[in-house]
Amino acid sequence: MEKRKINIPWLFEMAWRDSRKNRSRLLLFISAIIFGIAALVAIYSFRYNLQNDINAQAATLVGADLVVSGNHPADATIKPLLDSLGDKRSEERTFVSMIYFPKSKGTRLVQVHALQGGFPYYGSLETIPVEAGKSFKNGEYALVDKTLMLQFNAHVNDSIKVGNITFLITGVLNKAPGQTGVSSNIAPVVYIPLQYLGQTGLSKKGSRIGYSFYYKYDTPVNMDKLVKKLDPRLDKAEMNYETIETRKENTGRSFGDLTRFLSLVGFIALLLGCVGVASAIHIYIREKIASIAIMRCLGVKASEAFLIYLIQIVGIGIIGSIAGAVLGTAIQHILPMVMKDFLPLTISTDISWMAIGQGIFLGIIISVLFALLPLISIRNISPLNTLRISYEDVNIVRDPLRWLVYILILLFVITFTYLQLDSWLASIFFTIGISIAFLILAFTAWLLMKLMRAFIQSSWSYLWRQGFANLYRPNNQTIILIVSIGLSTAFICTLFFIQGILINQVSLSSSGNQSNMILFDIQTSQEKAVADLTRQQKLPVLQQVPIVTVRLEKINGKTAADLKKDTTLKISRHAFSNEYRVTYRDTLTPTEKVIKGEWVGKADAGKEFPVSIEDNFSKRNHINVGDHLVFNVQGVSMPAVVGSVRQVNWNKIQTNFQVVFPAGVLEDAPQFHVLLTHVPSSKAVSKGSCTKIP
Amino acid sequence: MLDNINFSVAAGSTNAIVGPSGSGKTTLLGLCAGLDSSSSGIVELNNINLGKLSEDERAQVRNQYIGFIFQNFQLLPTLTALENVMVPLELRGEKNIRARSLDLLDKVGLADRGHHYPAQLSGGEQQRVSLARAFSNAPQILFADEPTGNLDAETSEKVVKLIFDLNKEAGTTLVLVTHDLELAAKTQRILRIKGGKLIADDKTVNA
Repeated sequence: MEKRKINIPWLFEMAWRDSRKNRSRLLLFISAIIFGIAALVAIYSFRYNLQNDINAQAATLVGADLVVSGNHPADATIKPLLDSLGDKRSEERTFVSMIYFPKSKGTRLVQVHALQGGFPYYGSLETIPVEAGKSFKNGEYALVDKTLMLQFNAHVNDSIKVGNITFLITGVLNKAPGQTGVSSNIAPVVYIPLQYLGQTGLSKKGSRIGYSFYYKYDTPVNMDKLVKKLDPRLDKAEMNYETIETRKENTGRSFGDLTRFLSLVGFIALLLGCVGVASAIHIYIREKIASIAIMRCLGVKASEAFLIYLIQIVGIGIIGSIAGAVLGTAIQHILPMVMKDFLPLTISTDISWMAIGQGIFLGIIISVLFALLPLISIRNISPLNTLRISYEDVNIVRDPLRWLVYILILLFVITFTYLQLDSWLASIFFTIGISIAFLILAFTAWLLMKLMRAFIQSSWSYLWRQGFANLYRPNNQTIILIVSIGLSTAFICTLFFIQGILINQVSLSSSGNQSNMILFDIQTSQEKAVADLTRQQKLPVLQQVPIVTVRLEKINGKTAADLKKDTTLKISRHAFSNEYRVTYRDTLTPTEKVIKGEWVGKADAGKEFPVSIEDNFSKRNHINVGDHLVFNVQGVSMPAVVGSVRQVNWNKIQTNFQVVFPAGVLEDAPQFHVLLTHVPSSKAVSKGSCTKIP
Repeated sequence: MLDNINFSVAAGSTNAIVGPSGSGKTTLLGLCAGLDSSSSGIVELNNINLGKLSEDERAQVRNQYIGFIFQNFQLLPTLTALENVMVPLELRGEKNIRARSLDLLDKVGLADRGHHYPAQLSGGEQQRVSLARAFSNAPQILFADEPTGNLDAETSEKVVKLIFDLNKEAGTTLVLVTHDLELAAKTQRILRIKGGKLIADDKTVNA
């Protein structure tokens, strides 16, 4: 007998014919795909657009091709280099100072930017009037942040006093490159021309001034190569640099939590889709057993029967994926509107063909992969079902293909999870977790069936008896339903759980307990008065923190001079040059967690006192628990030992410190205080406190 | 289920397997038609030992040599009457399928119902479509499992007449499984089984 060849066109025709009366049955299957892929495409599109917009807008965020900055004036060794860079150059000094509004007699701590040159080269200082952004450099003019103008009821052509000089306000500053709403809220910005900085009297030896140099290249330059070359020299001169490329990376990173959460939403939606596909096809194929048996009886081979339904699944997978991609693209237009308050840049809503392509591809893959388990059982449907429908000879456990599909599904989940998490270990744990959840749910379903069989009493009413008996009768759907509903519920709960954690992390000012205003530079003599004033304004005093300025003198006996001599020492060059604002207290704050060593809140007299350092500080300077440090506290050397390393959540608006001293050491050191409060509107309070306590 | 049953069926003959419920009639039909494989013994069909064939090879044997009629018709519900008749021919890769299938539907009196789905047809009509399908691949042997079991007396009579007429016209071997002795008497030979054993093998007046 000659073997019959498989007639592919006929298989397609049969797939079409067979689907005719069942298309509504496939609604669950197709909707699982549509919603899963829609979520994925929407999120992928948003992510691509975000990345594109970061790339496109990074230049205007930096304002120049290269920015070099440091905490001290450029010395003779680095000056020639700084003067040789770029085709166009600008210079800026930044410092924090009190300014005075003569008209309203108000004072306010602000961030003064003294600027010279054509910066910004990309984007602009957005001002009202527009021309003020450039013209303020031509005289004793200033640009003042719009919130400040509002606070002090100031107008263009009013004046402000910065140090010894009175500047005419020539424009209201709406936006400057590199600034976000949050930073300007904490310290509003005032721009003045650099040539008048000396006359203000604020730029003296010892002043805390930031020095920035902005460069623009007229012809394209390989910045990566350039900064690699500059890096050692700038590092030696204790200067940092930023390029458009590094800004892109940093901005991208700062959206990490948001994009990761959105990825999780997409991933969960997709997993729900997978569960939906598997259960819908399982039920669909069960309903098809009779038809498959008839076909087998008429001479259709097992592989042909399998292919007929595979063609259907692929077809529906394609339709569902395309519909999902269209829906996702539509949803993607809504996402930037919902998130506009969190984002410092405008997100475009371009159609992302990459996201659509990925969505459709993934949709087809999951349609087939998660439909394969029920599909391969088609091969084992006996034609004898035409004579006896209850006849079942399928030995599920012994079918090697079934195990292959299980492995493929596991590999898919691991790989896809890896693409989201970027960690093989986490992906494997996640997959093991899902597998355990699957087994627990399957066992629960099995147990339920056993219990029902044992406990159903003939005395029960017909309704209850039959209702519960259906859970264990032949062709029941108990296992598939419990597993599907259970896994889906677990996924959705996970999503809400993570959402809760993230919202807690990012909620800056949603609750009255969360500070949204910091009053700083409060002198010890003013501390009580400011706290009283705050309470008088019916505002909560959330935290009062003493701050002491210190420098590091020695790390394990090594000084800055030793570091210059021995370049092999694993200590950051900035460790000794930086000033550290430290505090002292006897307890940890809720944003801190000790990860190494032991927290000591009070210093023992006569002993080397233990300080607690922040995790990144520890890593950057290779300082660990037990290391010996010597601090210079305003001229007084104070030896200390590292008692603990803390992990700090820097995302909240509150004071966090790289170094925390125990109580009982710094109480008498020169210090200032910070007060944290929560205000419904920053406008009224700032003015009141600035007037009463200048 | 079955114990020591030996018999052979001559080409072109009509045969009935009768017995009470649970006697093993359907099991015997399943084995003879290659729908099932036996744990021991030999089933030969057209000199092909079915026991030595794989499931797919038996499917090909069924498509090449066998026609089926079932008690509950077993039409594919998503295919029209005409498409149901066409399936065995399409599987064989034959030509002029539509015309030949329409001709068969005409023979069973359903030429004008070809585009109806099974759910739109009465029981008798469905069984007639099933008959047209069974004869579409010009089988050498036709297995019928209680072909009138789901039909009323009047319809049964018409269907039985059609089975025997078409069978005679095509010269097909017929094996009927039934517990309707009146129907069995219309064949040339009656095999009686009980408790899985062949208890009688009688020729009828039609032999």
